[in-house]
Formats: sequence, structure tokens, C-alpha cells
Amino acid sequence: MTEHAAPVIHARGLEKHFGATHALRGIDLDVPEGRILAVLGPNGAGKTTAVRILATLTRADAGEATVAGYDVRRQPEMVRANIGLTGQFAALDELLTGRENLEMIGSLYHLPVQRVRERAAELLARFDLEDAADRAVKTYSGGMRRRLDLGGSLMAEPPILFLDEPTTGLDPRSRLGMWDLIGELVAGGTTLLLTTQYLEEADRLADEIAVMDHGRVIARGTANELKGRIGGERLEVQVTHAEQVQAAHDALGRLAPDVRVDAGARRVSIPVTNTDGILTRAIRELDAAGVSLDDASVHRPTLDDVFLVLTGQPAEPDVDGADARAEQVAV
Amino acid sequence: MTAAERARPRAAPRASLGTWLSDSWQMVKRNLIHIRRTPELLLDVTVSPIMFVLLFSLVFGGAIDVPRESYINYLMAGIFVQTIAFAGIYTGVLLANDLKNGMIDRFRSLPMAQSSVLTGRTLTDLLRATLAVAIMWIVGMLVGFRPGGGVLGGIGAVAVMLLFGFALSWVGVALGALVRTPEALQGIIFAAVFPLTFVSSAFVPTETMPGWLAWFADRQPMTLVTNAVRSLTLDGSGGPTFVPSILWSLAILAVCFPLGLWAYQRRTTQ
Repeated sequence: MTEHAAPVIHARGLEKHFGATHALRGIDLDVPEGRILAVLGPNGAGKTTAVRILATLTRADAGEATVAGYDVRRQPEMVRANIGLTGQFAALDELLTGRENLEMIGSLYHLPVQRVRERAAELLARFDLEDAADRAVKTYSGGMRRRLDLGGSLMAEPPILFLDEPTTGLDPRSRLGMWDLIGELVAGGTTLLLTTQYLEEADRLADEIAVMDHGRVIARGTANELKGRIGGERLEVQVTHAEQVQAAHDALGRLAPDVRVDAGARRVSIPVTNTDGILTRAIRELDAAGVSLDDASVHRPTLDDVFLVLTGQPAEPDVDGADARAEQVAV
Repeated sequence: MTAAERARPRAAPRASLGTWLSDSWQMVKRNLIHIRRTPELLLDVTVSPIMFVLLFSLVFGGAIDVPRESYINYLMAGIFVQTIAFAGIYTGVLLANDLKNGMIDRFRSLPMAQSSVLTGRTLTDLLRATLAVAIMWIVGMLVGFRPGGGVLGGIGAVAVMLLFGFALSWVGVALGALVRTPEALQGIIFAAVFPLTFVSSAFVPTETMPGWLAWFADRQPMTLVTNAVRSLTLDGSGGPTFVPSILWSLAILAVCFPLGLWAYQRRTTQ
């Protein structure tokens, strides 16, 4: 981040508690102009609270934050003129049509009347909502609501966008559609902070990832840097017979010193430092030792592994609407 | 728009009367669309008042004697004020329902006059109250209401009661923002507004009450407003309670307008 001037989104030591629950225990976040930060974490990590503070919906108990150079506490109206927010649950009026929703939001951004109409029509077309534009939102599917909600955030073409779990609860196809839309936005230079429980989403969309757990940022970096923290790629084999695990260990040990064994799963692995021909050499060594294999693969660590290493827990709890709602209530 | 233009921080529109009015109008428009799409939202200001006019005039009317006037002429002011009072406070229930909706988060993230969510609500309810008054007036005339106060008296009476209703809708706003659930608020309304409307001159002359109750009834705002409306509709003059009734409405506004804004801010900033 040193290559940039002051970050567009900047937070230091944010703390927030709700009763006895500490939602945030002092977090720092920085997003330089035109970049995407993904805040990754399970339900209850404090992601939504962080976004709500930055988007001026909630006040922090301690710490400071600026968005577009404005203090979120002292100049909320200035912050609001520069941001778009799409929350976890569609902030739409159910009884209004899609077009009416967008036009109301545009009017509340104080865009000129003509511009409000044009922009609403433009977004409805771009988000594939033209056919449903004049139907009440209560008739919309989940994916349509999310797209319209995102459209609302984009009415005034804000330079900064907050997306709180933009794809939670969407089916895979709608999720891919959202990813494409988000990708287009950022290509246009928007600075984006998004929260997600989906490792794949962070990996795919973000320039940088901040991993949150229990109100703290426990790791940050690019997807590759985070993967690097738990070691690089590993070659992993699964032997056919449990009694051959030791033989496999010895054979692979001749290629690399750091051999890991999961006897129960009959898996043996070594780090891949130099990919040149290691798979062939490993197979040759194992064959020479008389070990027969069920499976052999070069395993690239996922962000799931990162989470497991960082927190000792799997990253993705059961992700469904009920859990997401539970977080909303807790937060 | 280029990336560079986008990134330049924008100034918020200066908070002005113009943006506040335009934001409030957007909120009124939204509420009116709601009413258009769910007309049952108007039941409390259409069917209920009709029912009350008919019930009191046809059922109780024969049993209640009031000096100098036919009972229906006496009754209408009471019915007007009771309906307006309930509709006013009921604003709180509608606001409490709004607060449960994710839409409020959206509004809070927009560079709009935040108070317009509340003024939009209360102004819409002023329109609802106006509709209720018109319906009651017509139904009243059908069952014998003959106001002798003339057009000016009628306009004055409507102005007095709408001002009172608008003031009470800010009581509703404050309660709606302070009370946890719409259901709890319904309970409070029932427990507070019902006794106040009945212990007043709305349906019977206060002289018929025990001394201590009459003392209270004669001094509480519901009676003052009812008497002013009654005097305006029947005689065309404000009578002795005209000024006090206006002062009460203004006093309620002076307290509950800022209280409502404060409670709403507090409620939504958590």
C-alpha cells in the first residue's frame, strides 16, 4: 500500500460492543483507491458491523475511520455522498416496482430528474431486469433482488462501494452473475470493500484479503500471500494398503525432508519446492519401494486451509440463510 | 465518467430547505404508493370512522341528552377528534413497522435529510387524517349532522383538528422509535388514548361526570380541542378553548418533534 497516497477507506482501532458481545475488538483496514478489499470470515466475525460503521449506519465505540477523506462520525453526510451500500439483506421497498425503487434512491441522492430516469433505465437494462422493471419487488426472486439492490447502490455512480455478503444465499448461477457485475464495476475504477464467507469469492474478486475472526483481523495479504503462510504446494499420495504407509514415507523422504503422514487416510505428502519432474520421480521411487497407490496429486492450498491454520477451525460453517440471519440478529 | 472523476471526493449537497422538502416528498410519494397498492392500509381512516359515527349516533344517540343541540351535532366534534387522535398516534405503529424494514438502512446510507423519513411519515398521515375527516363529515350529514358554523367555521374546525392530529403523530413518532415493537405500541395506545377520549367532552358533557373527573376532563387537551371544533362547526366561533387548543398542539409539537428526531437517530444508529 506504500505506493499509494492516503487510502480511500481507512480505519484504525475500531471497536464496537453490543451489550456483553464484543463485535469488534480493534480492527484496522485500509483500501487504496480503485482496489478491492475482501473481508473474509465466518458468521459472527464482525464483518457486517465493520461495514455498518464505515457506511455511517453504526457508531464505533472506539477508534477512527475515514471514507473518501471524511470522518465517518463527524461528517457522515459527506461520506454518504461518496458511497453506495448493498447490505446483506436487500434494502428495497417490497411494494414499489424495481424502477420506482431505483428512481426513489436516485432522487434521494439529489440527482437531476432527467438523470434519475435515464440512470434507472440504464441499470435495469444492464442488470437484466427490464422485463420485471414495472413489477412490485415482492414478486422478485432472490437473485433479482440482489441485482436491484446493487443497482440502487450504483444510482449515483459512487466512487466507493460497500458490498456486505453480496452473494450469500444465492444459487450458483446467480452468484456467477453477481461476480461478473462486480468485476465490471471495479474495472470502472470503483473502490470496493466487500465482505464474504466464501473463500472462492475473496480469491476471485479481491486484490487484498483481510481475514476476520471474533472481531479481529487475524491475517491480511493477497490470496497468494495468505496461501504462502501455510506453506506452498504439496505432493500428496494415497497408498492402497495401510501397511505400506511407512514404506511410502521412507521413499518420499529421499526427495524432501518434510514428510507429513496421515496414517488413517493412508496419505503421505511432501512439499513441492521444485516442480520439475517431481511427480515422475516420486512415482518412480514409490514403485521401486513396491508401494501401490490409489491417488497422487499436487495439492494447492485453498483459503480453507488458511483458515484452518489461522483459527484452528474450518472457515465455512453451514452457510445458509438461517445462519446469516442469526448473525444479523447478533450484530 | 472517468476513473479520475469518480475518485474525486464529492461534496454532499448542502442541507437546505429545498432538499429537505424534496426528500420529504419522496417519502410521502413512497407512502402513497404503498396505500395505492395495499388499500387496506386506509381501513382505520375510512371504515372505522364511519362505524363510529353510525354507532354513536344511532345506538347511543337516543339515550344521551345534551343541552341545546341535537346529539349528532354535539357528537361529531368528538368523533372527529377521537378519530384524528387515534390516526395521529397510529403513525407510531406505521413507523415502528418501517423500522423493521431493511429500507431504513438504505435511507441511512444516502446523503438525504434523515428527518425526512419522519416528516414524510407524518405528512402522509396528515393526508390520511384529512381523508378521514371528509368521510366522517359526509356520513355525519347523512345521519343528521347540520353544522351551523358556515364555511369559515368548517375550515377553522378542520384546521384545528388537523393541527392536533399532526402534533399527535409526532407523539406517535417518538413512541414508535422508543418502543421495541409495533405490538407493544398498540397496547400503549389502547391504554392511554382510550381513557383520554372518553374522559373528555367528546361524547358526553363533562358536567355529568363526578366532580373530580370533570375537573380533569375539562382541562385535558382532548376536551379543549373537541370544544373548539364543536364551537367552530356549530357557531362559527372559536369559543373560549380555541386558543388553548392551538397552544396545546404547538406545545406537543415543540416537545415531540425534537424528541422524535432524537429517538429515531438513537434507534437507527445502534
